Amino acid sequence: MQVDPIHQFQITNLMPMVSMDGHEIAFTNSALFMFIIVAAVSTLLIGATARHAVVPGRIQSIAEISYEFVANTVRSSAGTEGMLFFPFVFTLFMFVLFANLIGLIPYSFTVTSQLIVTATLALLVFFIVVGYGFWRNGLHFFNLFVPKGVPKLILPAIVVIEVLSFLSRPVSHSVRLFANMLAGHITLQVFAGFIIMLAGMGVLGWFGAALPFIMVIMLTALELLVAFLQAYVFAILTCIYLNDAIHPGH
Amino acid sequence: MGDARENGDRDKQETNEAALSARLQRLDEGLGHARHRAGRPSEASGADRQATASGYARGFRLSSELVAGVLVGAGLGWLLDRWFGISPWGLIVFLLLGFAAGVLNVMRSAGVVSDTAFGDKSRINRGK
Repeated sequence: MQVDPIHQFQITNLMPMVSMDGHEIAFTNSALFMFIIVAAVSTLLIGATARHAVVPGRIQSIAEISYEFVANTVRSSAGTEGMLFFPFVFTLFMFVLFANLIGLIPYSFTVTSQLIVTATLALLVFFIVVGYGFWRNGLHFFNLFVPKGVPKLILPAIVVIEVLSFLSRPVSHSVRLFANMLAGHITLQVFAGFIIMLAGMGVLGWFGAALPFIMVIMLTALELLVAFLQAYVFAILTCIYLNDAIHPGH
Repeated sequence: MGDARENGDRDKQETNEAALSARLQRLDEGLGHARHRAGRPSEASGADRQATASGYARGFRLSSELVAGVLVGAGLGWLLDRWFGISPWGLIVFLLLGFAAGVLNVMRSAGVVSDTAFGDKSRINRGK
């Protein structure tokens, strides 16, 4: 019995909606899970803040902890002025976190394992950084690409390298999250496939199947960690990039 | 007598210089603490390092930085080739520059080079 580890990333059309110039725009399983994520985050936060208890209950604590966590992240890496972007960073963090966590549930779909989704989020951050940087600093924004204390002779090369480094940000920003999710889920699926293959071999196989089973349990724990970690890394990188828009030439 | 006085002056000068450098060092330390509290971006890579405590995540992070730099350089070079018809020079030059940018990315995210700091001189010139 073979298990296809890539099958879980397949996009399926749940219902076709409209077609434009031969391009069909359909409601896919990816879109469905995005709605589920947004609904889950909204329900959690609205439900948590419905009753303003002085002594927070369990749900309210979750909401308060996540608020504090993201607020501290924003403040420490983008300064107090960065709090202007707190709603944006908080939304991104919660969306990515819930996408990662919901993706861990068996038979669900991991939205963040699609490069197009993470690339869209990273490009959104990139264009906000560029747009806000120019709006706030004008042409001083270009100071970002001119490091101080560099000999004039090699400055042009350094500027080109800095520009390329800046342009490569959305690529690494998106690929990191996507690759982590993709690799983690494929590894899980492969080891789960070993269990099925070994268990199909008879009594001896059952004992053999215990090994990949233990592995899957440990991998699931690791993936839970990675889900949190990657959401955090995505948020903190957003803050670092926003910081460049707020204070270029640091 | 004059010699003794000159010597005394020189001694004074030296002690002044020593005191000045000591004060500068203290000021630098104080600034470092203040910067740490104010949460300047310079130690953002340090916070990153905490986040990527597991080697697995760290490896992913660094490799994606390098690959991103090379890919963007190659892509930009290829586009320039197409627009200006200078094939293959755009690809060659920008692939190399992209590699340099990738290495810079990796060094930054590993915390080897701080953001836009090229040596100590720039840190003083920066003023902020």
